[in-house]
Amino acid sequence: MSGAATQAVTEAATQQAQSAGSGFSVTDLIMGHITDGHEIEIPMTHVAIPLPHLHVGAFDLSITRNVVMMWIASGILVTVALVAARRAADPVPSGFRNLLEAFIKYFRDEIARKLIGHDADRYLPYLITCFFFIWTCNLLGLIPGFATPTGDISVTACLAVLAFLMIQAAGIKQYGAVTHFRNIVPGGLPLWLYPIMIPIEILSVLTKPFALCVRLFANMTAGHVVIIGMISLIFILQSAWAAAVAVPFTLFIFVLELLVCFLQAYIFTTLVATFIGMSVHPAH
Amino acid sequence: MDPKGLAFLGAGLGAGLAAIGVGIGIGRLAANAMDGIARQPQSAGTIQTAMLIAAGLIEGAALFALVICFLLSGKV
Repeated sequence: MSGAATQAVTEAATQQAQSAGSGFSVTDLIMGHITDGHEIEIPMTHVAIPLPHLHVGAFDLSITRNVVMMWIASGILVTVALVAARRAADPVPSGFRNLLEAFIKYFRDEIARKLIGHDADRYLPYLITCFFFIWTCNLLGLIPGFATPTGDISVTACLAVLAFLMIQAAGIKQYGAVTHFRNIVPGGLPLWLYPIMIPIEILSVLTKPFALCVRLFANMTAGHVVIIGMISLIFILQSAWAAAVAVPFTLFIFVLELLVCFLQAYIFTTLVATFIGMSVHPAH
Repeated sequence: MDPKGLAFLGAGLGAGLAAIGVGIGIGRLAANAMDGIARQPQSAGTIQTAMLIAAGLIEGAALFALVICFLLSGKV
């Protein structure tokens, strides 16, 4: 027992000496960037604005950094949409409205109508909002000083819950509640297969939104952790020559993050459209 | 064998194995995509789109493992 105790003491001593000598803790830096906080920093300055704490009953509804980021994303989307729709009566689109219409047409034809079928236009506003909101939130995280709202598992969990509700609502609207829940298990199976299929299908209804949530959260967080870790390598090695390797690699990962932001928003929306389509047309 | 050391070792090995798995998976995906584009250059756009989507989904599976490793090394 004394062997383990001395080992623990030497461990703590070396750790303290290391951190006191370098004055730099990678874990604290990464955790500070990833987790939510009660103050928001203006980018490119060191001014930090404290944000109000707000407790309603048992719920902590403080305005935290991620909440402000989501408001900024919503503000950007509303502004963009209003600017594009200024001359909505004009039958020939031009300029910025043309660009947005290209995106929306792609979503309507290639994703919504192909995956959902005849009733696609009803779900199109939700799918487009989903895509542009997630894309804007992901991109906001790349600005130095801002945080990624979708890098917080609470935000992605809410997006996944809303997707789950949308999928069930689509099935219930199409078939009625009882038939929709019976459609979850495919029909025409031999009788001995049902005790296996029913738990599997019920679990799959729950794991699909869970996978959406974790995929988006992990992709966003992992990208930022890699970027911060690469730059911290310079400080851990205490040498300026490490920058010759670390900075180009970080730049590469940063540009890859731009692609990942778009791709994860696209995958989220396409999967929700696929699940809505499976709900509306259980063509097993 | 300190239990904390074993936990950190488990987290590191888990992340490494997840990286191997996703490397093999996306590597095979890219190889087949290259074959498809080489056979039919006019469908390059379709193949590229499908490749990117599949790569995103496969990476999602690897990131599940990464999240578990983060949780494990954070709890220790």
